[in-house]
Amino acid sequence: MSAHADTHDHDEHEHHHKETFVTKYIFSQDHKMIAKQYLITGTIMGVIGVLMSLMFRMQIAWPEEPNILFEALLGKWAPGGVMDADIYLALVTIHGTIMVFFVLTAGLSGTFSNLLIPLQIGARDMASGFLNMVSYWLFFLSSVIMVISLFVEAGPAAAGWTIYPPLSALPMAQGGSGMGMTLWLVSMAIFIASSLLGSLNYIVTVINLRTKGMSMTRLPLTIWAFFVTAIIGVVSFPVLLSAALLLIMDRSFGTSFFLSDIFLQGEVLHYQGGSPVLFEHLFWFLGHPEVYIVILPAMGLVSEIMASSSRKPIFGYRAMIASILAIAFLSTIVWGHHMFISGMNPFLGSVFTFTTLLIAIPSAVKAFNWITTIWKGNLQLNPAMLFSIGFVSTFITGGLTGIILGDSALDINVHDTYFVVAHFHLVMGISALYGMFAGIYHWFPKMFGRMLNKNLGYLHFWITAICAYGVFFPMHFIGMAGLPRRYYTNSNFPLFDDTANANVIITIFALVGGAVQLVYLYNFFSSIFFGKKTVQNPWRSTTLEWTAPVKHIHGNWEGDIPHVHRWAYDYSKPGHDVDFVPQNIPLKEGEEELQH
Amino acid sequence: MTAFLTIIIVLFVAVAIWQMVKIFDLAQVGDDANTGVATDKDNTMNGYLMIGFLIFIYAITIASFWYLGDLPLMSNSASAHGPQVDNLMIISMALIFVVQTITQFLLHYFAFKYKGEKGKKALFFADNNTLEAIWTIIPVIVLSGLIIYGLFTWSNIMNVDESEDPLVIELYAQQFNWKARYAGEDNTLGLANVRLIDIDRANILGLDESDPNAQDDKITTELHLPVGQPVLFKMRSQDVLHSAYMPHFRAQMNCVPGMITQFGFTPTVTTAEMRQNPDIVDKVANINKIRIENSETILASGQDLRYEFDYLLLCNKICGKSHYNMQMKIIVETQEEYDAWIKEQATFKNTIN
Repeated sequence: MSAHADTHDHDEHEHHHKETFVTKYIFSQDHKMIAKQYLITGTIMGVIGVLMSLMFRMQIAWPEEPNILFEALLGKWAPGGVMDADIYLALVTIHGTIMVFFVLTAGLSGTFSNLLIPLQIGARDMASGFLNMVSYWLFFLSSVIMVISLFVEAGPAAAGWTIYPPLSALPMAQGGSGMGMTLWLVSMAIFIASSLLGSLNYIVTVINLRTKGMSMTRLPLTIWAFFVTAIIGVVSFPVLLSAALLLIMDRSFGTSFFLSDIFLQGEVLHYQGGSPVLFEHLFWFLGHPEVYIVILPAMGLVSEIMASSSRKPIFGYRAMIASILAIAFLSTIVWGHHMFISGMNPFLGSVFTFTTLLIAIPSAVKAFNWITTIWKGNLQLNPAMLFSIGFVSTFITGGLTGIILGDSALDINVHDTYFVVAHFHLVMGISALYGMFAGIYHWFPKMFGRMLNKNLGYLHFWITAICAYGVFFPMHFIGMAGLPRRYYTNSNFPLFDDTANANVIITIFALVGGAVQLVYLYNFFSSIFFGKKTVQNPWRSTTLEWTAPVKHIHGNWEGDIPHVHRWAYDYSKPGHDVDFVPQNIPLKEGEEELQH
Repeated sequence: MTAFLTIIIVLFVAVAIWQMVKIFDLAQVGDDANTGVATDKDNTMNGYLMIGFLIFIYAITIASFWYLGDLPLMSNSASAHGPQVDNLMIISMALIFVVQTITQFLLHYFAFKYKGEKGKKALFFADNNTLEAIWTIIPVIVLSGLIIYGLFTWSNIMNVDESEDPLVIELYAQQFNWKARYAGEDNTLGLANVRLIDIDRANILGLDESDPNAQDDKITTELHLPVGQPVLFKMRSQDVLHSAYMPHFRAQMNCVPGMITQFGFTPTVTTAEMRQNPDIVDKVANINKIRIENSETILASGQDLRYEFDYLLLCNKICGKSHYNMQMKIIVETQEEYDAWIKEQATFKNTIN
């Protein structure tokens, strides 16, 4: 099944074609360079997204108080330094959009799928380097448009990252639903095109370009995760594209897909026969799988790092694959749990409760398998490993409250409160971010040939870990007091006055947590140029990327592509002197490959 | 100018943090042992920090319960189906609490116990079907229980029993306020559509003037409910999505333009009774203490300083600029009080010009 490293491939590599600055660093078709481009673009978008969250957190903690920072950064949206209610909603909206799509989808999956798929399966590059380049540049274009949308006259999109119509469809309903929303939709349409090109490339590469001996059951879990993620993306992103196109129709061409019977600002609008509930279905048909598009790659990275750093095989390799597949399948039939109280038939609510709670089973299997992986290990607590352990911790904390939100009877009362905000930030926001950080700390030497400073990494992890819990743990309790999300200020509800202090504490944790990311940014950018030079296999891992030379070469390996003789997790295998046996080492005489 | 200065100051702070990190970084340059890979010393330090972090997780859990643990969404419900929801919630929370405590312990304790040492070899332990079967089957059993309990509760709440002859009330949402429409003597809401709205004639909800059922409808800006009487809410929205959220009654339903949604419940505790509830008395006292501390800003905003408990209807679906202040007071009262109040409200027939 696996493709052979044929000689033609080899020849092409030998025959060096001259690369100019432009083809090497800008319009590069090399997967390693594209991975770096994704990472750096994602990082810049991440900085914008995090800054926005810090601003609206300050507004929640000290509502309607003049803040000199707001005046400086928001200009006309903060007259006298008091944040405007419209821009509050815009900040919340764009923060969500940027973090979910631009950082945790493109930044995470785009970076590591590109970097690791060819290197770990033993391929010279992606199946189509050209499509890969187009995919990145479409992502870049959509990022630029999203950033431009922040500066339009009437304000950026402000209908929440879920952009439910009619609010998002009618410029009269909200300033942000004018040009800002148009740019949002255009940006997302381009983003989806980028994501689809990327995903198709990943799928084709994994199926066709595995080196000799790399059967599907010898693939590292990272590749399984990227592969399945790409499939979910291909299945669900087109549906969001159709929703976006129909919304553009409703907004600009007078159709009524999502609109009906609306009276706004003294006049009856012509729309008739559409339904906002239809949009909710279309949106969440992507929107829910999207959280797995975000979390599955993080799970893959963490599985790999945990095995390598524990010097132990990942526990239950087949169960891990089965649970990835189960999660992927279930993820496409649970979207209705976002809509229990949308006015959809209550019977459907029952069905979605059932399917949703089933997801807890593969998730629990994964969590227990990770814990068992570190049991009786020889844990090398590198920053990457700390972030991996942190990932499991926040994934459990955030995941458990899912059994409340997935239960329709309970969702009635906590829907759209801060309980939900706490839940999804821990389980897919912080967890996926930890997965991304873990991946960066682990594969930085592969990407840049230098090491990150581990002591700065420790500082970064521990303060981030404390702040993440400090922000999102008390938030559950604020939600349990009934406080709705997306309120510009709570001061009109004396009922919630007793949560005000907690909101201040949360904001302080958020500010500290935000500031400590500077440590990371420093470490990242200075290590690219001045970090300690790395050895070829600094973590003593078994996977193929560490058999490639440190210096990036077009085609990844000098000479032949290595062949694979064993699975990816021969750590501390009895009968070997060293505690890891790379995949390209043939079995010893009499040695049996583990029938995992 | 202040804006410019602020940006400069923020930049300086960022640069200062950057420089401090740089000093920290440069101080290690001579340290050749620092290859970027964890040493035994690093493993030991981080192993102990893992235990410290476990304690931190437990501490923040306890602190949250201590300061924010009155959990109004789990106690003192004011509707007939409320206690069922609360029970399910308490069971789910207890389960979560137990699983969270145990798994976080195992994770962090193992991270401490098995911290790496030179020369140590990890156990080659790749698979164990019995173990995996156990932690597949246990969640299956537990979740089956929760699913069945949840589904019974859900269908119980959502299936409105028309034979109980519920009081029919329309909740009408618009940017950014709520209106209630009572069905009048016939307990049947008149037909309505936003296309029929005629502001000049004070037909603000778009009632069909030719519909006999509409004539005795009453439109109000406060929601009064008789205690013990099943109520069936019909929700409409005039412009964008809204959500009618009544947390004390464990009730919520979106208001969707172009369709009528519904939610029914029976209020069981009057506002007056709830104000006497010891938990609520404590909560209100606490809130008033906080309000007195902040009296300056509260008085400046024109609010009453003293807070008195009331049930509320809140908008809980982002709906535009003033989403944060879209609320309506709910008053649950005895049948007699309700009858007296509703009698004073004008009928549609009499308010239209």
